[in-house]
Amino acid sequence: MRSLFLTLLFLPALSLAVIDGHKYSFSSEEDAARFEQLAEDLRCPKCQNQNLADSNAPVAVDLRDKVYELMQEGQSDDEIVGYLVDRYGDFVRYRPPFRIDTLLLWGGPVILLVIGLLILAAIRRQQASQPQEGLSEADKARLAELKAQMKKDQN
Amino acid sequence: MNRILLFVPLVIFLLMGLVFWIGLGKEDKTSLPSPLIGKAFPEFQLGVVEDGRTLTTEDLKGAPVLVNVWATWCPTCKAEHAFLNELAAGGIRIIGINYKDDVAKAQDWLAAFGNPYVYNLSDPDGKLGLELGVYGAPETFLVDSQGIIRDKHIGDLNPQVWARLKPRFEGMK
Repeated sequence: MRSLFLTLLFLPALSLAVIDGHKYSFSSEEDAARFEQLAEDLRCPKCQNQNLADSNAPVAVDLRDKVYELMQEGQSDDEIVGYLVDRYGDFVRYRPPFRIDTLLLWGGPVILLVIGLLILAAIRRQQASQPQEGLSEADKARLAELKAQMKKDQN
Repeated sequence: MNRILLFVPLVIFLLMGLVFWIGLGKEDKTSLPSPLIGKAFPEFQLGVVEDGRTLTTEDLKGAPVLVNVWATWCPTCKAEHAFLNELAAGGIRIIGINYKDDVAKAQDWLAAFGNPYVYNLSDPDGKLGLELGVYGAPETFLVDSQGIIRDKHIGDLNPQVWARLKPRFEGMK
């Protein structure tokens, strides 16, 4: 049972094995980690909801090879991402850049949060401004009358 | 006043619905915009499928051209091939990029189905394809006489698509 549990626990790690040890060799642990991070942050253009690390589409294989090649040439992460963006567009990035045309994308959640907080504050203020008024004099008189009536009925 | 406030979530919901409806409707998953439009056709030096001579980017220039990325393993390329033959017969200059394919297979294919291409560049490991941002085949680029990419179509060429691309192609110098 325990071994089954452990197997299932580490099974997802196998999906990265393809890019990890078998095909590419790295001179250092950091390089291997860098490559893995890049392959996870870059999106496969063909299979749109997978990153380069997960996809086995031919174009994803080519792009992984290219990322590896550029890394071996000593290019920085930004240069490598830039290389692919120049050819495939911003689409290949899972982390879109902060620009005028992506302002809504980045700012949207904050704007929605602010709107939500404003609405919440407005509701709270309104509730606070309503005095906890009890029963009016007329209602009190009516209540007393009804209670008296009930007592009478019970007797 | 209170009652009106109750409709605020509904209004927000409707607004967001509208935004998503427009946004998702606009997204065309089959064709990504190419950042290469308006840029020079990437440098290359590749062998020609038909006769093995080597050509470079310079050979592409001189007249407007359709650059069609295809392969024998690509079923949609087979589907568009007859239409490419038609276009070529109508005088359209088409250059092929035989993408991640085998030269012998490509030669057999051209012999069997006709050759609409002025020539085919052999790109067996997809290096030029990568420079062009190709992620599937077929893809077709409209390249002007100066070697600048003016438009790109992903998927097969057919009369409907050509009706849209033709004015752009004819407008190129």
